[in-house]
Amino acid sequence: MAAVNQPLGDLAADLTGPAATRRPSGLRASQRRRLNTFRYVAFTVFGLFFLLPLLAMVRFSLEGTTPGSWSVAAWTQIVSYPGPPPLLSSIEITLELAVITSAVMLLLVLPTMIWVQLRVQWFSRILEFICLLPLTIPAIVLVVGLAPIYNQIERYNVSALMLFWAYVILALPYAYRALAAGLAAVDARTLSEAARSLGARWPVVIFRVIVPNMVQAILNALLLTVALVLGEFTVAYLLSYVNLQTNLFEISRSSENAGVLFSASAATLAFAFILLMILSYAGRRLRRGRP
Amino acid sequence: MAAAITTETGAWVGTVPFLAYTGVFLLLPTGIVVWNAFKGNTGHWTFANISALNTGLVRSAFTGSLELCVISSLIGAVLGALLAYAVASGNPDGVVRRLYLAGSGVLAQFGGVTLAFAFLAAIGPTSGFYFHAPWFYDFPWGIAVIYCYFQIPLMTLVFLPAIDGLRAQWREAAESLGGSTWQYWRHVGAPLLAPAFIGATLLLFANALSAFATIEAWEDQISYVVPQSISTSLISEVGLANVHEGDALAFGMIVLVVIVMSGYFLLQRRAARWQR
Repeated sequence: MAAVNQPLGDLAADLTGPAATRRPSGLRASQRRRLNTFRYVAFTVFGLFFLLPLLAMVRFSLEGTTPGSWSVAAWTQIVSYPGPPPLLSSIEITLELAVITSAVMLLLVLPTMIWVQLRVQWFSRILEFICLLPLTIPAIVLVVGLAPIYNQIERYNVSALMLFWAYVILALPYAYRALAAGLAAVDARTLSEAARSLGARWPVVIFRVIVPNMVQAILNALLLTVALVLGEFTVAYLLSYVNLQTNLFEISRSSENAGVLFSASAATLAFAFILLMILSYAGRRLRRGRP
Repeated sequence: MAAAITTETGAWVGTVPFLAYTGVFLLLPTGIVVWNAFKGNTGHWTFANISALNTGLVRSAFTGSLELCVISSLIGAVLGALLAYAVASGNPDGVVRRLYLAGSGVLAQFGGVTLAFAFLAAIGPTSGFYFHAPWFYDFPWGIAVIYCYFQIPLMTLVFLPAIDGLRAQWREAAESLGGSTWQYWRHVGAPLLAPAFIGATLLLFANALSAFATIEAWEDQISYVVPQSISTSLISEVGLANVHEGDALAFGMIVLVVIVMSGYFLLQRRAARWQR
């Protein structure tokens, strides 16, 4: 229960007794009062700006056939909306894509990062550059160059699951930064030398010595990748594949005020939000566990 | 990566799977865009694709992009910096900070088309829940409001480390020398934060430039910005006089983004000096 009670305890502390006790910020009492006023105003104004559209979306998703009435029909439609293509199938595709993308991303990036850290140090700058490159090259530009490559892929497989090839690239910067933070916190060199001197081979060093020390970073990378795949639109749309977001887009074109549009959108955003909250709290538990 | 590779000279082989993958799905597509931007319909080298961009439609897409990016990144940067300061001055482990950061992450990076739907529900011109905003479909102001919905959170995420880097001792030092709050911000805070602030604003600019999902869900009939022009030329490739128009447009975006992002990385490096 402690885990459940904790956030509320934090909320009270955060609103009533900020920094002065925990974090000396060099402020006098009058300045502290002014700062607090500013914080309450800022949190209220920004909170309203961010929440009001979301609340409107949720309200519309709960509206019955006549304005002002309440109904959960739009939420049950998430599984039954006929399409075409049916909404449920595009949700399935998107979730499968999230799993495949996460798996491929981990298998591709994690061993490479550890290997580079241990054995090919001179390559680390190039690795970082390549991994952060997708932040610089917009997805819309990447997709122009990907179109001819996907023409080739479609000769062998026309499934929307093939989007994972591109999604791994889009997830690369997020996953890299999460994993790099985890790897920096592990003394990889000492661990590997210890393991090697006891006779471990390199795969054992990587997968049974270093990786178990990075569970938190791996979880972070996975959550970010899943969130990215859930929200991806550009690549799927321009390569004419159906995923959750392109399906919602099509629904919005055919009937602008379909309740299912709002319920499915709200559900996606809520799911991504929960993923990021898990990430935030899981990170804290790990920090506390260490001296 | 078996035990066979034990010499330092052979260790680079372990990077081959990664290089092969990113080579095919990241570097090759980028190369194809640049290559095709300078290829004629019959396969010869040409600047015709680039000069063909000098039409009224393309010019208006580029000016539209610039207008939208400038407006949304300036508003986003100022408001996002204020929010970042409000978040940073609270309990670093508090739930308010967590809520705002997780929420910012969702809105800034993973929103996609759903953000446009949220605003459609809230202030859509016919369906708005709170009020019907007649300016909702005006370009650039109507869409700029929606862009702020992901620009402000992005600024909060990017600018927070810089504000966290401001040390209490600097403020105390300013106070003990008789400086007022205004003087502290004018002579200490602002100069320290300036590189990070400008850098983050550039990042917001690049972010708005590349954004496509939200504006396409907002209005897909008219090409207001460059990503929409690229989309149009990619989808209606058959029958276009110039099959490489999409590549030329994409190349134009690469040039713009590379300029902006180089500025960002340079300023970020300078700003990082104080963030230890």
